[in-house]
Amino acid sequence: MSPRAILDPTPEQTPDKRPRLRRPASLDGLVVGLLDISKPLGDVFLERVAARLEEGGAEVRRYRKPTFTKPAPVDLRQQIAVECGAVVEALAD
Amino acid sequence: MSRPALPNGLVAFVKRDCPTCELVAPVLADLAGRAGVTVYTQDDPAFPDLPEGGTRVDDTALENAYLHEVEAVPTLLRVVDGAEQERTEGWVRTDWESLTGERDLGPGLPEWRPGCGSRSVEPEAARELMVRFGSDRLKARRLPLASAEDEMEALFDRGFTDGLPVVPPTEARVLAMLEGTSRDADEVVAHVPPDGAPCTVEKIAINAVLAGCKPEYLPVVLAAVEAACTDAFNIHGLLATTMPTGPVIVVNGPIRQRIGMNAGKNVFGQGNRANLTIGRALQLVIRNMGGGRPGEIDRATFGNPGKLAFCFPEDEEGSPWEPLSEWLGRPAGEDCVTLFPGEGPRSVVDQLSRDPESLSRTFAVNLRTLHHPKLVMAFDCILAVGPEHGRVFREAGWSREQLLARLHELLLIPGSELVRGAGGIAEGLPESVASSTIPKFRPGGIHLVYCGGGAGLFSAIIGGWVGGEIGSQTVVQPIQP
Repeated sequence: MSPRAILDPTPEQTPDKRPRLRRPASLDGLVVGLLDISKPLGDVFLERVAARLEEGGAEVRRYRKPTFTKPAPVDLRQQIAVECGAVVEALAD
Repeated sequence: MSRPALPNGLVAFVKRDCPTCELVAPVLADLAGRAGVTVYTQDDPAFPDLPEGGTRVDDTALENAYLHEVEAVPTLLRVVDGAEQERTEGWVRTDWESLTGERDLGPGLPEWRPGCGSRSVEPEAARELMVRFGSDRLKARRLPLASAEDEMEALFDRGFTDGLPVVPPTEARVLAMLEGTSRDADEVVAHVPPDGAPCTVEKIAINAVLAGCKPEYLPVVLAAVEAACTDAFNIHGLLATTMPTGPVIVVNGPIRQRIGMNAGKNVFGQGNRANLTIGRALQLVIRNMGGGRPGEIDRATFGNPGKLAFCFPEDEEGSPWEPLSEWLGRPAGEDCVTLFPGEGPRSVVDQLSRDPESLSRTFAVNLRTLHHPKLVMAFDCILAVGPEHGRVFREAGWSREQLLARLHELLLIPGSELVRGAGGIAEGLPESVASSTIPKFRPGGIHLVYCGGGAGLFSAIIGGWVGGEIGSQTVVQPIQP
């Protein structure tokens, strides 16, 4: 070993890079999840988004994180992935 | 690293440079003729002269001395079936006679003479030996530095720093750091958010070196990382928030004094290595192991200077109350860290109150403004009571619970003052609470600590982040040696 070497202070992991999914070709019949992260006024934003999506022919389903301060529980993420073709998240007030 | 086996019988470690070793050389020669002896010699392979029955082993590389933990010369051991049974250091006739089972050793010698340090414990040699025989303990990847690369700049270039220079984590420094804990280097202490990577004692030791810690601080850093990465403390959310908060570490227990922390003058400020580097090490673990970097997952609007390092001990000895850790349910006298999600401290000035009621009212009006006078029940706080304010409560015989109860009463706020629009301010609570009375803090939300310098009629408030289960809960964690 070189005397001038340091020890790596990181986890020595390389993150996976996954390509984004293609944008849906049409809203017609698409199931769109709306994820409310429980921040004030997020519901106002999502109501408006829901109305626009439904006008475009999408089916809207509602989801809610227990708290905005923590990542969504893995079960909730899985449920959204199974039930929806797209998801919209209201990030902040 | 396994130890080289020692031969059975009597074994001695010596160096010519030691006057006591020179003194006992005739005794070793005598023992060679009686029971036989093997002598490991550290500097001059020809020392000492031994007749038949004696064997000299060249230990100038110090391998045997290091691996058998010889700290002084001469050291005499008795070995049976390859296992050490007894050892004695220096020259003490009675001890040598007892260990060897021989009588009349060194008849012309004084009764006793202290020995000298083994060459293996001289600082430079000890560091080199630790690396030579210990580096295979270290699992972390070695990052070679180019010959023309400045090592301090290299650490900035690789993104390992918090904006200040760090100490290069060489094998020698990391091995020395690991001497500060009895925990195994491979033990996974936590999964550090946001990336959730498993974080071993070794990786924390590397970051503690970066931060400038001494080995004796490492147990505190380990406990702080463990506490921070609990679901209750929620460092992920605390890191990601736009609010100016970060982990604040309060240390209780005798370890405060053992490692030289400062609970007195300038307690939240610069100048004390333990306070600053322990706090910094936690933040560097979050940065380097968790991937929590400002502008990335750390979305703070302002941040605060305490996000470099915010760690302090309580002045338990001066306090009118039991330590914070005891209030949080830990046994008296236990070494603990308490993690609180806090912003920077703000000053409370009251130079005239001399009775607890008046001073409580001062605390209350200041606490009322925390984050916003119209926002309640959302944020906890640390109320750090300084010595000159603490004296007022001590002299009046006010307990912690008495002060907290009075603050609760003083901080019951009519909902009409809190609703949106009240006071001409849009911020506030829904109109539905207008007829209620609401406390500023949730039960248990005010964390009293006692610290600070002896002069100054001041206290301080450290405001919290979103409190409770939906945000971050204060976590108290015992410190393992």
